[in-house]
Parts: sequence; C-alpha cells; structure tokens
Amino acid sequence: MSFEDIIFYFFSAVLVSSALGVITARNPVHSALLLVLAFFTSAGLWLLLEAEFLAITLVLVYVGAVMVLFLFVVMMLDINLDQLREGFWKWFPFGAFLALLMAGEMAMVLMGKQFGADEMPAPPSRGADYSNTKELGRLIYTEYVYAFELAAVILLVAIVAAIALTLRRRTGIKSPDVAQQVAVKRKDRVRMVSMPSEKKE
Amino acid sequence: MEHAQQLFGNLFGPEWGPALFLVAKNVLLIVAIVLPLMLAVAYLTFAERKIIGYMQLRVGPNRVTFFGIPWLGGWGQPIADAVKAVMKEIIIPSGANKFLFVLAPVLTFAPALAAWAVVPFSPEVVLADINAGLLYILAMTSMGVYGVIIAGWASNSKYAFLGAMRSAAQVVSYELAMGFALVCVLMMSHSLNLGDIVRGQQGSSFINWYLIPLFPMFLVYFISGVAETNRAPFDVAEGESEIVAGFHVEYSGMAFTVFFLAEYSNMILVATLASIIFLGGWLPPLDMAPFTLVPGFIWLLLKISFLLFCFLWFRATFPRYRYDQIMRLGWKVFIPITLVWILLIGVVMQFPPSMRNAFPLSLWFH
Repeated sequence: MSFEDIIFYFFSAVLVSSALGVITARNPVHSALLLVLAFFTSAGLWLLLEAEFLAITLVLVYVGAVMVLFLFVVMMLDINLDQLREGFWKWFPFGAFLALLMAGEMAMVLMGKQFGADEMPAPPSRGADYSNTKELGRLIYTEYVYAFELAAVILLVAIVAAIALTLRRRTGIKSPDVAQQVAVKRKDRVRMVSMPSEKKE
Repeated sequence: MEHAQQLFGNLFGPEWGPALFLVAKNVLLIVAIVLPLMLAVAYLTFAERKIIGYMQLRVGPNRVTFFGIPWLGGWGQPIADAVKAVMKEIIIPSGANKFLFVLAPVLTFAPALAAWAVVPFSPEVVLADINAGLLYILAMTSMGVYGVIIAGWASNSKYAFLGAMRSAAQVVSYELAMGFALVCVLMMSHSLNLGDIVRGQQGSSFINWYLIPLFPMFLVYFISGVAETNRAPFDVAEGESEIVAGFHVEYSGMAFTVFFLAEYSNMILVATLASIIFLGGWLPPLDMAPFTLVPGFIWLLLKISFLLFCFLWFRATFPRYRYDQIMRLGWKVFIPITLVWILLIGVVMQFPPSMRNAFPLSLWFH
C-alpha cells in the first residue's frame, strides 16, 4: 500500500461515513453539514485523480455558495421531524426504485470488464505544468460549445423564473429610493435663519 | 536538504521515505508561514488600536512594555492580550450544541490559514506553486463563512443567530462581485497561477500593473474584501449597537480569540492578494537602480501594509452601512460594473494584433 492509497482510503472512508450520516442524522442541520463534509472529501478524491479544476470548483460552487444558502434555509425553517417521518412508507417504493437504479449503475462501474470498460483506457497521467483548466476551457468553447450554451440558457431561464416567482410589487411600503436620497440638496433639508442674538433678562 | 532526504530514505525505506520527507518538509514550511503570520496578526491588532487612536486624537495602548523599557510602551500589549485570552475560561452556553460550538472557531480559522498555501512571497518563495492558485484561494475564502454560520446556530442565541444570517447573506453576495473582478484579472494574465499573474505585470514601471487598466475592478475587489472579512463599515454581522456582538456573542476566552485571529489573518490575506493581483506583487514601482536594489519581498510588505492601513482607516472613518444598502451595493452596483468590465476586456482582447500591440494597449495585453 503506497502513500497515495492511504490518502485514497482515508478520503473514501470519510466520504462514505459522512454520506451515511447525511441520511441518518436526526438533526437536519447536522445532515447539511455532513453533506458539506461529503462534498469536501469528494473534492479531495478528485484532486487525487488530477482533476484539480473540477475539485476546486466543487468546493467553490457547492460548498462555498449552494450549501451556505441551503444551511441558511435549513436553520431558518422550523422542521417538524415527526411529520417528515410519516411519509416514509408512502414514498418507500419510489425510494427503493431509485436505490436499485443506483445500485445497478454502481455495479456497471465496478464490474467494468463485463461492460467493455477496457475499451476506454485510463488517461495518461500528466506533468505538474499541465493546466487542465486551460484544456477544459478550450474544449468547452470549441467542441462542446452548443451544449455549453444550452446549459447557459437553461440557467438564465432559471434565474428569470426565480426572480419572477419572488417579485411582487407591494404598495404602501416605506422602502427608501436611493436616487432620491442622493439627489437631496441642502436647501431641501436645512433652512438657515438669520436671527439677532437675544439678551437674557 | 538532500542529506535529510537520504536520512528519511534510510529510515523508512525507498517507498515511504520520499513521501514522508515531503510531508515533513511541508509541515516545516507551513510553520514558517503561519508563525510570522500570527505575529503579524498580533501586531496588526496593536497597529489598529494605535492608528485609530491617533485618528481619534487618543494615544491608544501605551503601558505594557518589554523588560520595563520606556520607549517600547504599548508594544507588549498584544502579547499581554494573548496571555489573558488563554487564561480565561471558555463558557459553553447550556442550550448550545457543544460539538458544533467548539468546531465553529476552528472552521473559521482553518480556511483563513489554508489559503496562504498558494501565496507567492517573492519569485521563488511559494509553498504550493499550483496552476489553479486563484481558484483555490476563492474556494478557501468562501469556506470561512461556515464558521460564522455554525457559531451563530450552535450558540442557541437569537442575537448570534441574527448575526450569522446577516453574515451568510452578505458573504455570498460579495463573493460574486469578487469572483467577477478576478475573472478580469485572469483574462488579462491568461493564467490562474498567482506567480504568473505577477509576472504578467512586469514592465518598466507601475504603469504595467493591472491597477491601471482594471482600476474599477481593484476597487470592487478591495471593497468586497472588506465586506467579506466582516470589517467596518460592513460589520453588520457584529453590529454591537443592534445585536450585541453578533455571531460570537456567546464566545469567551480563546474560542473568541480564534474568531479574531481568523478575521485579522483574512484581512492580511485580502491585502496580500490585492497587492499581488493588482499592485504587481514583489515588483518595484519603477524598474530602475534605487528601486530594484530593495528586495521584492520588502516591496510586497510595503504594499500589504498600505492596504492594511486602508482597512484601519475605513474603520475609523465610515459609519456602518445599513443592511439594505449593503445588499444594494453588492448586487446592483458591483456586479453590473464587473460584468461590463469583463465584456470590455473581452472586446479589447479580440482586437486585431496590430491594434493590441500599439502603444497604450501593448503595456498590458501581451
């Protein structure tokens, strides 16, 4: 067992146990935090695979932004755990179907020989000065440009939809208008009065 | 160095020797970065109290000295503060989630230190010279907010929770502007490596620094950095006038100090990054005799010190932002500015080579 193997098994053990923790933890905040740990360790595993751009982006996007908002919402909500557990048997068939599907997919990866995975050889390992960020950028904007733009448009539609769902005009609220505040002149607010000094009796 | 490597090879065998040698070497290098950083943090608190004191016509700390030397009055203050903090009891509130309550300061502090791994101090001195350095720093700094959120939640206190919520919303919004400002930089330098970004600013004088073509981005980056570190005037997460002390209201002793250490090392990190990315890092302002004699590290230190002074200056000068003003500045002012600037840089990069190699543009677009 080499040094790299030990790192791999360490990260894998942390990943599997934290992923188990996500679905078994009683407190939703603990679940969310364990999910953060799972993301972080899988980023570590990706680093071992020399996919540093993907690994760092996983941390940047999922850990740094998505999970922060997720945690934000989970902490704000007053979640009733009993109500959540009530639906368990109702959703069990659906969940079991998903679990079977995932088990099948994992089997296809693990028993790769039967499914012809040998025809896709492992990529050669690259030197330290090889920037896979550059390579990824080149591929995205040349070969996969249509897929990339489609994804971009879908995201844009999602942004517009999210804003449209939450945007509502309310009347009678006292929100300040910044342009108005900036445009205020001194004479609107202060009145200089010239007044002779008064004598104290 | 080779001798030590051989020693490890003899001790642990050919398979384990090099790996363990690498680990030992990196641990020593990390200590060599973290120790001066902690010292800098300690004396930054001292500088802050002195500078703000003078700005407000006070003297600031001037009592604690070393060995009774009178002209060192005040210089022992950070050490005395540290000793006091270590001695104090850490009180864990009765309703608090104990594990997360203790974990939160660690989670704030760890990313603040981890980000230093890729910072180049001079052309050769850098712990990890990785290709995706800028991305790594963005990823690490974006994790610091977890400590704040968890601290607020685990304290089981409404004030702490309000502070955590404010901080989370604020950091996430300013992260976007910060990221977009850095996108401009990496478009110009064609690289995510911080060393290459500095090398891209090399030239005859400070005109070549990215400060000049990306001046609005520098402002956006620096102000976002102030917001990201929860410093005044963006310190609504602490907001002592409305929510007592925000997310760390329940913390005492060393646990509280760790939050402070993280805040100040984040300040130094933001100042360092701004100097590396926009102010030419270790490059002298003029590539001429008296300036080039000064070592690059000193130039970097000078730039960092100036930006840190600005941090303290802001705190002494500006009143705290109102919460909706903070959100407006982040989303409605900074993000549109950065988007326009990205477009502008993109257009200039698509100019024909004859135009890009003509006088003003040739300074920055290689």
